[in-house]
Amino acid sequence: MKFYGGKSVTDVALTINNKKHIQNVPDHMLLVDFLRETLKLTGTHIGCDTSQCGACVIHVNGKSIKSCTMLAVQADGCEITTIEGLADGDILHPMQQAFHENHGLQCGFCTPGMIMTAIELIEGNTDITEQQIRHGLEGNLCRCTGYQNIVKSIQEAARIEHH
Amino acid sequence: MYSFSYVKPGSVEEASGLLSNSEENKVISGGMTLLPTLKQRLARVENLIGLEKCGLEKITLEEGVLKIGAMATHDDVSISKLVKAENPAIAELASQIGDRQVRNRGTIGGSLANNDPSACYPAAVLALAGIIHTSKRYIKAKDFFVDLFETALEEDEIITAISLPKPEKAAYEKFPNPASRYAMVGVFVAKFEAETRVSVTGAGEGGVFRCREIESALSNQFLPESLSDIDIPAEGMISDIHAEADYRAHLTVEMAKRAVAKSLAR
Ligand code: FES
Ligand code: FES
Repeated sequence: MKFYGGKSVTDVALTINNKKHIQNVPDHMLLVDFLRETLKLTGTHIGCDTSQCGACVIHVNGKSIKSCTMLAVQADGCEITTIEGLADGDILHPMQQAFHENHGLQCGFCTPGMIMTAIELIEGNTDITEQQIRHGLEGNLCRCTGYQNIVKSIQEAARIEHH
Repeated sequence: MYSFSYVKPGSVEEASGLLSNSEENKVISGGMTLLPTLKQRLARVENLIGLEKCGLEKITLEEGVLKIGAMATHDDVSISKLVKAENPAIAELASQIGDRQVRNRGTIGGSLANNDPSACYPAAVLALAGIIHTSKRYIKAKDFFVDLFETALEEDEIITAISLPKPEKAAYEKFPNPASRYAMVGVFVAKFEAETRVSVTGAGEGGVFRCREIESALSNQFLPESLSDIDIPAEGMISDIHAEADYRAHLTVEMAKRAVAKSLAR
């Protein structure tokens, strides 16, 4: 765990995966560390810590953001969704299901971020083209799949959503 | 990251007051440049002043001129109906900055204040002869961009909005760095009734600049073909591992041609 010394702390109140949290956080704590270290929501990954890989993508007020490049105090009052908030018990979110069925992952390290980006990507745009999907994944890196099956998974999720 | 305090003033006045308290205080908007800098301990701040509660995100038409709040994100600008109707080239430029996640956080004010030599917005603001409104005054684009990462902003001055006059035709074309998508060369062409203005980002050693050679060629005839025989000097162009100066000079003309063609097709 990273050491977050320093004297400035702030109370933040935020909703994460439909659950309200009030927590005292160091002002300079990154949102991703708050999720992973304080709340033990380790589904959100850290791949690079330099806003390049997208493994840390979550939704803040419905928009995808890289949680390694936002402070926990900046999320005060926000609605947050992480990968843990998608499934309904044992029933996977349609995007998770599509990744599952289309072999959209190998090691799985990039997957939480990919899925969070993908959900935003097809929202209100279910007739999205392959080209648009590839463009939309600019901020997410995968070292295993070569992206083909990720694109296929997102296409299928969009198709299902469309009907 | 060194520790700091995060404060969220409720108004621009309060924010600039805090800023003038100490040189160790800094303003943060989207944080897409500042946070990585702090993470690498390349900078140290006492107080980080978040502008999110200052009401600077509005996009409006003021006396017929498009005015974009400094805290409007690239995503806000790219999907704004008003921007699309008034100045579609700006919406398009915004939609091509960074990646989705950067566009969801990064702001127009932050981009301009940082004046990164490869940022996209400076090209648009200079070519459109935009006005930068601040907590103290307004600054014309031609006086605003001083040098690499350097602007006319004073230590305790905060950008509040940007006004952008409406051109007859305009477009932006960039040659993105394949890995990071910043503009290795980006050209904004804007045709007004009285003049044609062309600005180049990503290429100049002193940051964004107007390219007079291209402007005068286009002022005769605003067509891509007008640029067929143009050669611009490699002098003053950035040379790095991604592209040498003469290549950047060549790309500048090429991007300008494409931008003209795109603006005519709109
Ligand atoms: S960990 Fe945030 S982008 Fe890589
Ligand atoms: S599945 Fe391994 S990094 Fe994407």
